[in-house]
Amino acid sequence: MIRLGRWVSDHAIMAIGAVVLAYMFVPIVIVVLMSFNRPASRSAYTLDAFTLDNWLHPCEPEGLCSSLVTSMQIGLLATFASTVLGTLMAFALVRHSFRGRAATNVVIFLPMASPEVVMGASLLALFVSVGFGGVLGFWTILVAHIMFCLSFVVVTVRARLQGMDSRLEQAAMDLYATEAQAFWRVTFPLVFPGILSAALLAFALSFDDFIITNFNSGQTTTFPMFVWGAAQRDVPMQINVVGTAMFALAVVAVLSGEMLRRRRERVQ
Amino acid sequence: MTSSAGAPSVAPELAPDGDASSPPRRRRSSAWFLLLPGALWLVAFFLTPMVQLVATSLYDPSGSEETGYAMTWAWGNYVDALDFYLEPFVRGFAYSAIATALCLVIGYPLAYAIAFKAGRWKNLMLVLVIAPFFTSFLVRTLAWKLILSDNGFVVGIAKTLGLIADDGRLLATGFAVVAGLTYNFLPFMVLPLYVSLEKIDHRLIEAAGDLYSSPAQGFRKVTLPLSMPGVVAGTLLTFIPSAGDFINAQLLGDTTTQMIGNVIESRFEVGDYPAAAALSVTLMVLIVAMVAIYIRRAGTEELL
Repeated sequence: MIRLGRWVSDHAIMAIGAVVLAYMFVPIVIVVLMSFNRPASRSAYTLDAFTLDNWLHPCEPEGLCSSLVTSMQIGLLATFASTVLGTLMAFALVRHSFRGRAATNVVIFLPMASPEVVMGASLLALFVSVGFGGVLGFWTILVAHIMFCLSFVVVTVRARLQGMDSRLEQAAMDLYATEAQAFWRVTFPLVFPGILSAALLAFALSFDDFIITNFNSGQTTTFPMFVWGAAQRDVPMQINVVGTAMFALAVVAVLSGEMLRRRRERVQ
Repeated sequence: MTSSAGAPSVAPELAPDGDASSPPRRRRSSAWFLLLPGALWLVAFFLTPMVQLVATSLYDPSGSEETGYAMTWAWGNYVDALDFYLEPFVRGFAYSAIATALCLVIGYPLAYAIAFKAGRWKNLMLVLVIAPFFTSFLVRTLAWKLILSDNGFVVGIAKTLGLIADDGRLLATGFAVVAGLTYNFLPFMVLPLYVSLEKIDHRLIEAAGDLYSSPAQGFRKVTLPLSMPGVVAGTLLTFIPSAGDFINAQLLGDTTTQMIGNVIESRFEVGDYPAAAALSVTLMVLIVAMVAIYIRRAGTEELL
């Protein structure tokens, strides 16, 4: 009887979990379907007929591809800058003791606890007050993206550093490695997965950000802003092509990373 | 954090390493060298803007972008803002609270299943939780617009079941906005819950069983209390972004479902900076206050 109860509870909780996961994929299925959809009219956002046109002509809607390029450029630059700055900060926080550490931690925590609309609004207030109201665009977006990615990079890299056994470094130094050698041969390879996931997170955050970007963009249009603009008029099916492609790319990247990890584990 | 923190004169690499688990501490000057670029960035583009936002909220409201603004310490901006926009404020917080509660109810079983029951499927399930996020937030929300549309299958089923009237609709209602918020922020609930459930020592749950507690009692007295840090982190990570969100209310709602984010956005759009800033500051203060009380109540200060 107890066994039966246990079997039911084991499988019931998994079944609920599977249902929740399925729910999370409902809109994804719609996005994929819509990417192959030929709508009845330009303004109708409904499933109608099958077509490959959207995939063959992804750049047809005016401004879509240029907004994608802008998002890519900002995403890559923001990822690079925030990953470098954030990794340095993480090292300082974990490996050094200094006065003001607690204050620094609060400053790093605050952007993650602030609603995006407040951060976007406050940056705009700053840019306007120093007379940058007229030059809002690519660079102001980039400044904002580096700002909100930074905290997430610090937290991710810091977690990795804290979980690392520092005796490995000490062992390397005991074996006559210089400080630089110990860092590049031991510390950095061990921390690298953390830096990599921080960079991926930063890119995902930057690429998908709408709220903060919207405040500080001026005339520049990123991909989320293109979608927003389109949603006020009629939505081109091609945005679903972009959504589907990004989803597929990310899944392939994650799965191949996982496979690589498994293979490496088997070799060791 | 470390015992050597208060002893600046001892070069840490020369100090005996008493505690093997604490990393080697290096000179203070190099710490500043590492820290400064990022810290300056945050001060310049996060803290300074916040100060400027507070200043803007006190500007003379009759100014404009062309004529400039005068600092008149116009505290009345706050009174006016709350007077005009109390309703979207309350509505936004209510929607976010409902969405957060729903996320907890839906997300907890999923996190529990991944942490305790998934076995070799654990990594796959974690990837599946994150995967929907790679499709753009806005594209996903537009998909919800289609799902909840008047001739969509959800409305059809709801009508068949008699849940809504024959001429009823889901889109452009509070229901749709809450549904969108719940969907969009669910992973922010699931991941911290998973992390804290995963950390629980299984032997504690087994011990509860050995001491004759039923599985339900074991869950209530052992698993649930131990997962509280995850519950707190998850609810904050869900509530804070949804309280400031305006995308869901804009795409899935209508003018009667506006949240405070919509108002702030539109006030800025029309150049009414003092009012928009006053609303932003109020939102920020309310959220910080709620977070502080909540963390104190839940007894999870170490989260910070």
